[in-house]
Formats: sequence, C-alpha cells, structure tokens
Amino acid sequence: MQQIVSRLQLPLWLSLAVLAAFPLFELTFYTELLTKIMIMAIFAMSLDLLVGYTGLVSLGHAAFFGLAGYTLALIAPQYEAANLWLTLGVAILVSALAALVIGLFVLRTKGVYFIMVTLAFAQMFYFVFHDTDLGGGSDGLFLYFKPDAAIAGFKPFDLENTLHFYYFVLISLVVSYFLLCRILRSPFGHALVGIKTNEHRMQSLGYPVFYYKLASFAIGGSLAGFAGYLSACQYGFVNPEILSWHQSGSVLLMVILGGQGAFYGAAIGAFVFVLLQEFLSSLTKHWQLFMGVIIVLLVLYLPGGLRSIGPLLRASLLGKTANVKPPAGNDPPDIAQEESANDRSDSLH
Amino acid sequence: MKYSAHSFLGLFISLVIVGIGVEPGQPAQAEETKIKVGLMLPYTGTYAKLGNAITNGFKLAVAEQGGKLGGRPIEFFTVDDESNPAKAPENASKLIKRDAVDVLVGTVHSGVALAMTKVARDNKALLIIPNAGADEITGPLCAPTIFRTSFSAWQSAYAMGKVMLERGHKKVVTLSWKYSFGEQSVAGFKEAFEQGGGKVVKEMYLPFPQVEFQSYLTEIAALKPDAVFVFFAGAGAVKFVKDYAAAGLKDSIPLYGPGFLTDGTLEAQGDAAQGLITTLHYADGLNTPKDNAFREAYQKEYHELPDVYAVQGYDAAQLLSAGLTAVNGDISQRDELIKAMASTTLDSPRGTVTFSKAHNPVQDIYLREVDGSQNKVIGVAVKALADPARGCRM
Amino acid sequence: MDLVTFLIQLLNGLQYGLLLFLVASGLTLIFGIMGIINLAHGSFYMIGAYLAFSLSTLTGNLFTAILLGIVLSAVLGIILEWLLISRLYHRDHLEQVLLTYGLILIFEALRSILVGDDVHSIAIPAILNHSIPLTDTLSYPVYRIFISMVCLILAGLMYGVIQRTRLGMMIRAGASNREMVQSLGINIQLVYRLVFAMGFTLAAFAGMLAAPISSVYPGMGDQVLIICFVVVVIGGIGSVWGALVAALLIGLVDTFSKVFFPELAGITVYLLMAMVLLWRPEGLFRMT
Repeated sequence: MQQIVSRLQLPLWLSLAVLAAFPLFELTFYTELLTKIMIMAIFAMSLDLLVGYTGLVSLGHAAFFGLAGYTLALIAPQYEAANLWLTLGVAILVSALAALVIGLFVLRTKGVYFIMVTLAFAQMFYFVFHDTDLGGGSDGLFLYFKPDAAIAGFKPFDLENTLHFYYFVLISLVVSYFLLCRILRSPFGHALVGIKTNEHRMQSLGYPVFYYKLASFAIGGSLAGFAGYLSACQYGFVNPEILSWHQSGSVLLMVILGGQGAFYGAAIGAFVFVLLQEFLSSLTKHWQLFMGVIIVLLVLYLPGGLRSIGPLLRASLLGKTANVKPPAGNDPPDIAQEESANDRSDSLH
Repeated sequence: MKYSAHSFLGLFISLVIVGIGVEPGQPAQAEETKIKVGLMLPYTGTYAKLGNAITNGFKLAVAEQGGKLGGRPIEFFTVDDESNPAKAPENASKLIKRDAVDVLVGTVHSGVALAMTKVARDNKALLIIPNAGADEITGPLCAPTIFRTSFSAWQSAYAMGKVMLERGHKKVVTLSWKYSFGEQSVAGFKEAFEQGGGKVVKEMYLPFPQVEFQSYLTEIAALKPDAVFVFFAGAGAVKFVKDYAAAGLKDSIPLYGPGFLTDGTLEAQGDAAQGLITTLHYADGLNTPKDNAFREAYQKEYHELPDVYAVQGYDAAQLLSAGLTAVNGDISQRDELIKAMASTTLDSPRGTVTFSKAHNPVQDIYLREVDGSQNKVIGVAVKALADPARGCRM
Repeated sequence: MDLVTFLIQLLNGLQYGLLLFLVASGLTLIFGIMGIINLAHGSFYMIGAYLAFSLSTLTGNLFTAILLGIVLSAVLGIILEWLLISRLYHRDHLEQVLLTYGLILIFEALRSILVGDDVHSIAIPAILNHSIPLTDTLSYPVYRIFISMVCLILAGLMYGVIQRTRLGMMIRAGASNREMVQSLGINIQLVYRLVFAMGFTLAAFAGMLAAPISSVYPGMGDQVLIICFVVVVIGGIGSVWGALVAALLIGLVDTFSKVFFPELAGITVYLLMAMVLLWRPEGLFRMT
C-alpha cells in the first residue's frame, strides 16, 4: 500500500504543480491551449466513469457536453454577463436530465447495440441543433460575455481574465478528479465495478443493476455537461459540431489512449491526444493519416493505453509479466487493475 | 500528389524561415521587418479547392509586387480551418496569439468566418474575409478592422430577384440548404422579387449538407411554378443540377440561382448545366485588360484557369497593399491604414471595386450563362450594387 | 397532395430505402456473424464511389468500372480482414470501435492524397440515361429504377445464398455457435474472411451504383454510416430480412417527413428508432 502511495502520488502532485506554475511563463496561447486540454480532461474522465468503471461503452457522450454548452448560450442574456453559478447549475441540470431520459432508452440495450444506440441518440441531438432554429442552426450561437462569478455583490474572480479562467478550470479539474475518486470509493462505486466485472452476479445478489447503471450514466452525463459548459465559456461560441460523433469518438480515444479504468489515465489521454493533434496538424495537411495509423497501432499493440507502458517496461526489465494486462474480449475484465485503481483513490485521501 | 509535395516543401521552407525569424540578434529595422499574414483557410474537406484558389490568388498578387506589399516583405502563417466552426475560435486565436500575425485572412465557410469575426473583434485584429458571405459580417458584426473582398449573400441573390422579374416570371418556388447563408440568399432574392410584384409560392429548405433532392423535385413538379430559385454550392450544386435535369424539370421550369450553383464545378455538372442563368460578381469572358492579364498570370503560375475565389484572394492582397502603401509599410499606424483601405478603389479582375461604409465590396453583379465549361457573361444584372448593411453601427 | 404525387413520393422513398439496404446488409452481416462493430463501413461506401469514378475515367465505361471495382473491393476486403480485422475477434467492442475509427481517418486521408478533394461526377451510361414522363412536368430517371431493380435482385440473391447454400449454412451456423462449427472441422476463419469481404463489397457496390446520382465527394461515407446504424438497430443485428424492412421503413419515413414536416426531417428517423427501442429493444427481427 505504502509503495503505491509513493509511486502514484508523486507524479500526480508534480504535474499539478507544473500546471499551477505554467501561467508564470506568460505564453498566452499555450495557457489557453492548456485550459482547453484540462476541459477535455474533465470530459474524458466523465466518460471513463462509464467506460472504465461501469462497462458502458458510450459513443454519444458529446451529446451531454454540447447540451450544456447550448444551455449556457441559450439562457445567457445577449447584452450582459450571465450569472456563473446560476447558469452552471442549470446547464448541469439539463445535461443530467437528458442523460437520465436517454439512459432510460439506451440502457435497455447491451454490447454492440449500446454503442450504436448511444451514437444514434447523440446524432438526434446533433440534428435538433443543426436543423431547427432553436440554437442558430448550423452556424451556432455566440456568447458575447463570459459568465459573472459575483455572489451577492462580491466578485471572487473574473472569467474574462485568461489567468482567472485558467485557474478556475484547473480547480474544476482537481475537484472533478477527487469527486470521481470519492464516488468510486463509496459502496455505490464498488457496485459499479462489480457490475462491469459480472453483471449477472450483481443482479442475483439483489442489486438493482439497471438503476445503478442509470445513476452512473447520469453522473457521467452531468460531468460531461460541466466540461461542455466550461468549453462554451472559453470560446464564447457553440456549434452543432460540439455534439457530433467525431467529438464522441475523440473523447473515447482519449480515454483509451491514457488507459481506461483510471481517471488520471483519461486525463493523460486528453493531454496526449490534443497535443498530438496539434503537433501532427502543424507538420502536414494529411495529419489524419498519421493519427489513424497511431490509433490502429495503439489498439493492436498497446490496448492498455499509455498507462500500461510503465508496468510493461518494468516487467520486461525485471523479466516478469506486467500487472496491467490488455483487457481481452471474452475474458473477465482485469480485476487486479480495478482494484489497484480503487487503492489509488483510497490513498489520495 | 502534386499539392502535397508542394505543401511539404512549403512547410519545410516556412519552418526554416520561422527558425531564422526567431533567431535573436537580428537588426529590427522598420523596412526589414516582415508583415505577418495569417491565412486561415480550408485546405482539407469539401472546400479545400476554394481555400487553395484563394491562397493562390493572394500569393499571386504578392508575387506581382516582388514578394512585398507596401514595400514590406510578407511572411505567411497557414492554418487549415477544415471548415469546422467548432475549431474556428481556437484556430483564429492560434494565429493571433501564438504567431502574432498582423493581418488575418479567411475564410470560405460562413460559420467559421463568423467565429473568426468574433475573435478578431475581441482582439481588435485586422481581418480580411476573402469569401464567406454571411450578411452579419458586414451587418451587425461590422467593425473598423473587418473587411470583406468577396460579396454578401444578399448581393447576388438580390440581383437575381431583379433579373427574374425582368424575364417575366411571377410565381416562383425557392429551395436551399437550411443554414444562414442559404436563408439569407433566399431573403435577398425575395426582397427584390416581391418588391417588383412577384410572388414566392413556397420556400423549401433541406438540412445542410444533405443532397437527397428527389422528394423536393417531386414537390416542385406538383406545384408547377413559373421558375425555381435555388442556392446550392460545391458537391450539392453538382448533384442538384444533375437531378433537376434528370427529373425532366430543366425543360419545363427554368432554374436560376446565385452563381455558386455553377462556379468551380461545371466540369462535374456536364450537360445538365448547359444554358443555366446565374448572377455573380465575376464571370468568364469579361475581356477587360486587367482580367486578361490576371488570367494569363494565374494560368502561367498554377496551370489552371482562375475562378471567382482566386479573384477574391487576389483582391484581399490588393486591399492590404493599398492600406500598407498609404502608411509606407508601417502597420502600427492602424487608423490611417484602415482609412486608406476603406477609401481605396480596387482595380480588380472583376471590374472596379470600392468599399461600403461597412467594408463590403460595392460591385457590378454580372448575368452569366453556362456555355461549355464556362460561365459566360451576358450582361450586367445590377451596376455597382451595395449591400444595405442592416444592423451595422459604425 | 394528389394521388400521383403521393405515388411518386412513395417510389422515391422505396428507392432510397433499397439503396440503404444494400449498404446496411453488409454491416448487419459483419455484426451478426463475426461480432465485429465496424465504423469504417461508411468508408467502404466512399471507397466504392471513388473506385467507380477512377475506374470509369480509366476505362471509359461505368459497367466495366463496376465489374473491376467489385473484384478490387473484394480483394481489399480480404486483405483488410487478414491484416487487421482478424486480430479483433477476441477483443472487446471498444477496441473494435477504436480500430475501425482509426481506419476511417486513414481511408479519408488516403482518398485525399490519391484522388484529391475535388467533387467529381460520373456520367450515367447512355442506355440508362433516360427519363420516363410521369406527369406533364415530372419524369422519373430510368437510372433510379435500375438501381432499385439491382438492389431487389441482390436482396433475393442474398436470401438464396444464406438459406440454400453450404456457405450460407456455415454462415448461419457460425453466427449461432462458433465453437461447434469449429469442432465440426469447418474453417471458421475462412467463413469470416468471406463474410467480411462480402460486406465490404456490398457497401462498395452500393457506393458505385449511387455514384452517378450522388456525385463523388469527400466525407460522403459519414452520413451513410450513421443512418445504417439506425437501420441495423431497428432491423435487429444480423438479420438481413430485418435490415430490408428497416431500410424501407426509414426510406419512407425520411421521404414523407421531408414533405410534411421539413423542420423535423433530420430527427424523425431517430424518433422512429427510439420508439422501436421502447417496444423491442433488440430490434424488429432479432436473429436467435
């Protein structure tokens, strides 16, 4: 246990320190890029709760991300700043409700069906915003002022300020991380992991599996909404593309890239994915080719994600087998992996 | 293939240039410092061809002045906007904040251009739009630093309204994609057409970028209007024109539209497009000295005939040149630069172009007819047409 | 709406549905028999359309191009199965989703490098380039009727192959019990390879057939993919019969919603899917 604490906590605190210190370098563009990446990290972590811990491979997660963004753009007054706390609450509520309702439909299905049905429902929302006048059609909506953080006249920070916004997102990321770890440590979280491992067993043990999955789906959706709200704030702009299936595909990639079943893995995935995309697209206009090849190689040779590189290397150096195995299709999911993830969240408190 | 080899080479060269540029210890003399131009255009996806044509046109104008504008060498920074509005604010701020460009040039897609306009306004950056025709850009969103060298959706559609009245049509059906450029085109058309006593019996829209037209064509045949006004462009335009002919409607109900219907895709449209009448601010066979010289130079450089997009790119560089020349290349004299740009008269391949108060081109809208693989000019639909710039407070 | 217009719209809907069926049938077979979720299926459609364009430019004849294209896409399908897909059988759906998503990016990039980003059109062969006058203003293109006939014939052929032939028997057996088939000494690997190649070819063939009326453009596979997912979800995974019914249903719903509720045309298909899910979560014709 002690070993795990020292091995995992140090890099986490170190990266947090680097993130906290980064704006000191005064690289405005890169500060904004990091802001975006941290928002995507929250988004990816919210999906990891479904994919990595509940066993729900959703290919429509962008729907909740986009829905919250649109909620902000639609309820914000045009010529003055909206109230941050109020609009944030409403946006998350809308995402949560949408996740609950969609969950009622999609959770009736399993496996391949679930993937396709989540995709199709997300596409429905895409068309609602794309084809009707509700959200400005395919041109999207603009938000001319960032929300105002004032509480009863007192203004703790100003989101119009790039630095304030950066730290607001950083704190949001940290809070989301600990919140997710806390959820996972609760009996509810243990039940979710149990459902992923063996749904039938949980059912026969008397767990209301459907409602557990629905709750997980709604929590994941709300957190995705939180990320979507932040994203809409950052650029002051929403567009149907933010709910598109490419967005859902990208966030799923981030989760897998980092290694599913560990929230910090999803965050790493978000960092690597966005930076890789930046890097490749600055090299060649055919960057999609390289991205595609990297994805294919990743699936074939590193199914545990980047997170599994460390253990794999260590294992090959010490001549032992790695303890993070690639999750295999019909085999039972890797329980050791889940448990170590739980230990980790324990150790963080 | 050819393009990608070029782009690799170009990238390599520009990387070297950037490397040299950031090397410390270079003397910073006003005459030596480069003007940084950020090209944010689509280089992949449906509009890639348009993005390339605009880039070619812009670079041709720069090359004609010895690689300089206003006596200052030009350095390009390029971002592929993929015609994806969701990435637009980020791409624009990449050019403005990371590369610190002096001028932002772009783009084709209206949604992306609207997002760019917002970023440019927020950062008070100089923006020249070489295509996107959304009315808002030189309407409610107008700003001193924002210029457009192309058109507004209203312009070519309004001209078509007049033309169709003159041709004796009274009862018309419209069909377009449901997005703001399509809706604005239809609105512009309707304004002119109904003012003159015509009637739009039905406005039909289909979601962008759907191309399954068959049920709409059936509807048109059932309504039997005097004529049909459509807005489509690119791949959708090719398919629509072909489907319209295949449904046998071409001979019974004449089809009209803004020139985007037939520009750049005539080769693909083939026989179905022959004889179509469209309106646009550029045409083949203008046969003016300026246009002939432009076409010859363009063909020599890029081995293909220029299209309207190349002209718009070319004029974007001409407009910037006019401003820079007036301030002797000192881009920090922002107010004088803008004043010179706004009051300039461009000698464009399309004819003489001036700018309205909202910085949208005031230009002749030509009447064109498809003949072979060309949009031959057959007259001027409206002379020196200016966009009404509704909602612009400047 | 008068009766004639109604009948023509009906025809439009059926024609669209039949073409959808052609694409979706391959998808449902690959799902049902091999257990592979294939996001790249839309790309196969796109590849077919671009093959038709490149080969007809080369040979000057669409029919020759289609014949060559069928052979080429079958070969491509076999290579793809051998190189990549065969490694996915024992992986979970998540990895299948990712790998095939990667394939979409690769195919789009290769398309851009090899053929470019321009919009191209393909001429309808002269013998089929006619229209049948239906009303005084509207005539119906013969080529569209031709497509529908081809789709119907193929649907019949597929039914025959699956129900009556040894390959069909293996396919049916492979779907229901993989281990048993293997223990009977049937080369399941070969069956999978054939099924995948068939699915690839069906999608590509649909792309080739549609190319003259849809024109050929970047990103054309994306739209087809998602609507095909809806077809498979409504029809039931693995059921070719279900795919046919669902595709026709979607074709009709889509066509008539465009006429009656143009605002909602984009989402009616998904509403239909939601209703079917409430009623029968495993689709109308779940293969058992």
